[in-house]
Amino acid sequence: MAQAPATESLATGTDKGSAVSPSRPRDIAIEVMDLTAAYRDKPVLWDVDMSVPAGVLMAIVGPNGAGKTTLIKAILGLVDISAGRVLVGGKPYEQQRRRVAYVPQRGSVDWDFPTTVLDVVMMGRYGELGWIKRPGAREKQAAMEALDKVAMTDYAQRQISQLSGGQQQRVFLARSLVQDADVFLMDEPFQGVDATTERAIVTLLQELRDSGATVVCVHHDLQTVTEYFDWVTLLNVRRIASGPTRDVFTEENLRATYGGRMAWLKSASQTERSQD
Amino acid sequence: MFDLFTDYTLRTVALGAGILGIVSGVLGSFTVLRQQSLLGDAISHAALPGIVLAFLLTGSNESLPLILGAGLAGWIGTLLVRAIVRNTRIKNDGALGLVLSVFFGVGLMLLTYSQSRPDASQAGLDKFLFGQAAALLRNDVITMAILGGVAIVVVGLFWKEFKLLSFDPEFGRVLGFRMGAIDVLLTTLVVIAIVIGLQTVGVVLMSAMVVAPGAAARQWTDRLGVMVCLSALFGALAGVTGALLSSTGARLPTGPMIVLSASVIVVVSLLVAPNRGLLWDRTRSRSSALPAEEVAS
Repeated sequence: MAQAPATESLATGTDKGSAVSPSRPRDIAIEVMDLTAAYRDKPVLWDVDMSVPAGVLMAIVGPNGAGKTTLIKAILGLVDISAGRVLVGGKPYEQQRRRVAYVPQRGSVDWDFPTTVLDVVMMGRYGELGWIKRPGAREKQAAMEALDKVAMTDYAQRQISQLSGGQQQRVFLARSLVQDADVFLMDEPFQGVDATTERAIVTLLQELRDSGATVVCVHHDLQTVTEYFDWVTLLNVRRIASGPTRDVFTEENLRATYGGRMAWLKSASQTERSQD
Repeated sequence: MFDLFTDYTLRTVALGAGILGIVSGVLGSFTVLRQQSLLGDAISHAALPGIVLAFLLTGSNESLPLILGAGLAGWIGTLLVRAIVRNTRIKNDGALGLVLSVFFGVGLMLLTYSQSRPDASQAGLDKFLFGQAAALLRNDVITMAILGGVAIVVVGLFWKEFKLLSFDPEFGRVLGFRMGAIDVLLTTLVVIAIVIGLQTVGVVLMSAMVVAPGAAARQWTDRLGVMVCLSALFGALAGVTGALLSSTGARLPTGPMIVLSASVIVVVSLLVAPNRGLLWDRTRSRSSALPAEEVAS
């Protein structure tokens, strides 16, 4: 039987989450109300409510097929929703596009595409540029600064097919940084990266959070949730629980999310980690 | 070969074939990168009923109305493919196959019908099947140059958007671009690239011209801009070579000769291009093999 998340480690999480003091009312960065989305006849998300306060680093956790990616894409307007509403900073997402940055799953693009690291990062500025206008010196400078933050400056002129998984992930992160957003939605930013990169990415995400940004990550590894995230949403088609990690990330809620498969999943995620 | 500089007809033919090669090379690069090779096939086959209908309606043998008919039919074909994919459970390749075969079937039927009619002017219509560069007139080449020129200018204007569409369309939507509109625009340009080549290469083989130059160019470079220019160069080379081979020698059909020339370029590129070529396989470092193995769950 896998060990349930220890309450001790949850306690240490509270120090880190001092910004999450309930005494101070906070702005809501993302508000999801009664969201239902379906693929063909099968519901992927069912009546999901979720309220993400500004300035938290939140994990969306749940088993495969729980709708984690769909939830992020629904917030971004990338999938059709059957019912419900999404507000970003109190307004519909369409009016808040510029405030939201997106890091898709690394495997969602063809890394053999003939382009360079710098070019991919500059794509994050395209929205600001608008139609037809080409990126120039300013965009290049912004991209170089972002590459510096992810320690990839030396790779700026590299062809993207020459990158390792961790480097690809850093490039996508840099691309989201130049979007100049204060809400970040990331789909498995730790997927297939080595331990060093994982640490570097966590540090970066925490810095973003500390600077006031809201960061939401689809996350797979239950072991690291309490260590990395101060807020968590447990999802399995329905929203099981959502709130500060110390309150929400309990064995009971995890059991409700993963059902009987929890023990198996934990050991599976451990093997996954050791393979990395 | 030296006739090229003296023979007026030959010069017209070479010029036309070169233009069609450049335009299909430029647009074909994007088709290859988006892995939509079958799209070209569907468009060119779907164009046939448009050509014949345009002829039946106008009675004209001029290239412009026929090209317009071809373009319209090809364009409707691509919209149909999109509609089928969106509204049914048929996937993209199935939808392309459906549109291709149905449109081509109707086109052949109309062609047969038009040829059974007594008037003589329809005689040239079947050249659209396998192409006949020798039939190119100065006016045809001017039409091709104008349409192709417009297409290439539009590619230049929307370069950034087309790159975004080809690399990460979902991210483009997040940035606020209407990726559906960009897709329709690029597909429309592919339709233009195809229809200006139909008279020379023919509906059956034209799709090769939007795949071969791009696929060959991809072998030589890792930069999109370089790839598109190289692809245009390869397209022009194949077009001119094929057209000259067919015009000189023993009355060989133009389309197959152009496509054969393009194939030679592809084979050479697949074999000897640095880094990506098969002959370099043994010396290739593991770096280029890395990313493919990790696919997201």
